[in-house]
Amino acid sequence: MENIIYPLLGGALIGLSSSTMLGGIGRITGISGILGGSLQKNSSEDLWRLFFLLGLVLGGLGMKVLYPQFFTYQFNFSYVTYIVAGLIVGFGTRLGSGCTSGHGVCGMARLAKRSIVATLTFMAFGIITVAIKGLI
Amino acid sequence: MSVLISILSGILFAVGLVISGMTNPNKVIGFLDILGNWDYSLAFVMVGAISVSFVAFKYFQNKKPFCAPQSFLPTNTEVDKKLLIGSAMFGIGWGIAGFCPGPAIVNLATFDMKAIVFVIAMVVGMFVFKLYSKTQ
Repeated sequence: MENIIYPLLGGALIGLSSSTMLGGIGRITGISGILGGSLQKNSSEDLWRLFFLLGLVLGGLGMKVLYPQFFTYQFNFSYVTYIVAGLIVGFGTRLGSGCTSGHGVCGMARLAKRSIVATLTFMAFGIITVAIKGLI
Repeated sequence: MSVLISILSGILFAVGLVISGMTNPNKVIGFLDILGNWDYSLAFVMVGAISVSFVAFKYFQNKKPFCAPQSFLPTNTEVDKKLLIGSAMFGIGWGIAGFCPGPAIVNLATFDMKAIVFVIAMVVGMFVFKLYSKTQ
């Protein structure tokens, strides 16, 4: 049960966060869009992006201090692997206008055609990639 | 007020990611390993997140946000090559390292060099996209 309750609860909090962003400031909570959009000169109207990102890091730090049991995993790959994956994720999410949060949660919740197609695409390619990695 | 909403939503989002298990890249790879030793639990993150967002987005979709003059919802409805190629790239990068943008940023809290390197590479990838889109 635990392996369902925690994901459901965590997911609900993610949904609550996205809902607060839309109802509060009218923004879609897409992390790649927020990060990509913050990489420019920020006018006062863009500050929400930096504060959201700051919140993400603070939330992570808070959880690490209060509940270190969630952080017992290791990062198993080489630096080169993380660099290559990071570059592809950064470029790809901007080219595709979104990632798991913007397309996978917000777009799916809005039943947006582009987001449904994007989500199916990145899920499929993620599955294929892991399958191929398993073979080599 | 809008920066307060953003930072609190960011914290909430990070807490949700950590509780759900999405910040553990090994778990994410297990979730994508449908053809191997599949760990289905993270599917419930999407169930939780989309259920909450679906209801809230329906409610907020045509309303003025509390702290903004209007909502900034995507208006593009065209499924184009950029969406498909970008999402495919993102899926490949996601499958390689097990990081999507949100969890990668939250993992900065681990102070692990590999997580930091991934985020830097992701930001560089976003900059490269910016340069690339200027040439288009």
